[in-house]
Amino acid sequence: MPEHETGLCARLLGAGKRYGPVTALDGIDLDVRRGQLLALLGPNGAGKSTAIGLLLGLIAPGTGEAQLFGRSPHDLAARRRIGVMLQSAGMPETLKVRELLAQTRSYYPDPLDAAECAATAGIGDLMDRRYGKLSGGQQRRVQFALAICGRPELLFLDEPTTGLDVEARQSLWNAIRTLVAAGCAVMLTTHYLEEAESLADRVAVLARGRIVAEGSVQQIRARVAQRRIRCVSALRLEAIGAWPEVRSVCRDGDRFEIVTDEAEVVVRQLLFEDTQLSELEVQRAGLAEAFVEITREAA
Amino acid sequence: MNAIALPAPRVSLLRCYALESKHEFLRLLRAPAFSVPTLMFPAMFYLLFAVLFTRSGDWQANVYLLATYNVFGVMAPGLFGFGVSVALDRERGWLTLKRAQPMPPGAYLASKLAMAMLFAAIIFVILAILATTLGGVRLPVSSWLSLFAVDLFGVLPFCAIGLFVGTLVNGSAAPAVVNLIYLPMSFLSGLWMPISVLPGVVREIAPLWPAYHLGQLGLSAVGQTVVGSAITHIAALAGFTLVFLALARRRLMRNG
Repeated sequence: MPEHETGLCARLLGAGKRYGPVTALDGIDLDVRRGQLLALLGPNGAGKSTAIGLLLGLIAPGTGEAQLFGRSPHDLAARRRIGVMLQSAGMPETLKVRELLAQTRSYYPDPLDAAECAATAGIGDLMDRRYGKLSGGQQRRVQFALAICGRPELLFLDEPTTGLDVEARQSLWNAIRTLVAAGCAVMLTTHYLEEAESLADRVAVLARGRIVAEGSVQQIRARVAQRRIRCVSALRLEAIGAWPEVRSVCRDGDRFEIVTDEAEVVVRQLLFEDTQLSELEVQRAGLAEAFVEITREAA
Repeated sequence: MNAIALPAPRVSLLRCYALESKHEFLRLLRAPAFSVPTLMFPAMFYLLFAVLFTRSGDWQANVYLLATYNVFGVMAPGLFGFGVSVALDRERGWLTLKRAQPMPPGAYLASKLAMAMLFAAIIFVILAILATTLGGVRLPVSSWLSLFAVDLFGVLPFCAIGLFVGTLVNGSAAPAVVNLIYLPMSFLSGLWMPISVLPGVVREIAPLWPAYHLGQLGLSAVGQTVVGSAITHIAALAGFTLVFLALARRRLMRNG
């Protein structure tokens, strides 16, 4: 099927890579589609950078194949449809932001207007500053501006919000959401699970070079049955800890936090044993808990 | 977003190359640790050794050193410009980002080459002014043109060597490594004093150094007596360029 029907932007097909005795990536399949944000998660050394390197044509696959818009990542025409923000991209310190932006814009056939791009990335007031004089967060925003300046159909964001303060992170998230809503595909890697939880349509979890879980944030979270019960109770810690359904329990003053796979059973028991129990709250495990659980299983 | 049916706007390669070169030049000009010594040292040495402290008589120091300090001068932008900046770009991830971006292949190296040639041209002009005013050098126009051509051509092998060094070491080691190549080679190639006054063994091994071949071409351009034919020297320099380009390419392919 032609690419504009499937909306397929990037694809790994059985892609594997070995470095000597180390298997960095063990034959994975991965699709990134139009209008979709895929978060690639995994502990350090899981193969995230290798997967991105393959799709960007920086690394040659040992087995399988990497494709951008149905072509080789080495194809300039394919790469003109992507924007890239890498984890470490120390740009020439003596160049001004305006110059860096002009240079990257020149690589694209129909780039965004420089002012528009600067406004989206929040660097309008930095244009005449030298890159080396900027703070870490400001440099990150400049890198984001370079990533979006070519009106990419597919955006690679490798740890984009490292070093950003809360406000800058929120505005970057908004910019990403706007791009995705306009049909841009995004491949995101991040250490902040809340970032993936807030932005991702799909999540793929890598561990030891394999994809160990893939699906929507909801699906990934549902893979972990755990729920967290919070309440204020006069019950004894040891008593609750002894219930067979309880995985763990901890207490802070009279506030309890209980982790269980069978929340309904535990709640019924709690209410039965302590009629004065208050401030009851039941929460499904977040992506962070799911992530820990999934990568622990895979190890 | 979807540009399938529309006649797509095109990337102007000329604009890419021009901007890339302009920024490479600005980048180096704004780095005084590179631009000041590169532009000033040949001029300073010429003033010292060809104008102020020369004992005229047995050799035409003002003409000889005009040619050899030109060579000494044009070695630096290639060696330092490529060696240090490629090492830094690699180390900091800038080169990786550029390889991921749709930068036209070749723009990166072409811009650095253009920059090195521009610095070489500036060095030629500075030395030419000093030589004709303070140095009292009078040469036919054809000699000046030949020397200028030698300078521009001479940038190539040193860019290739610099590139190789840049792929080999990191940004903080690169200046030291380049100096270890640059200064001894300049001396052993007879750029600071005629090779004929140096010990025999230095003369024997001189053809190993690209700077020696370029020096002979420069001296021949200004009408000094030289050893060997121009063709041999040009071929040797082309050989050095190709070998180091190939070595650098291998390193880049393997390590990125």
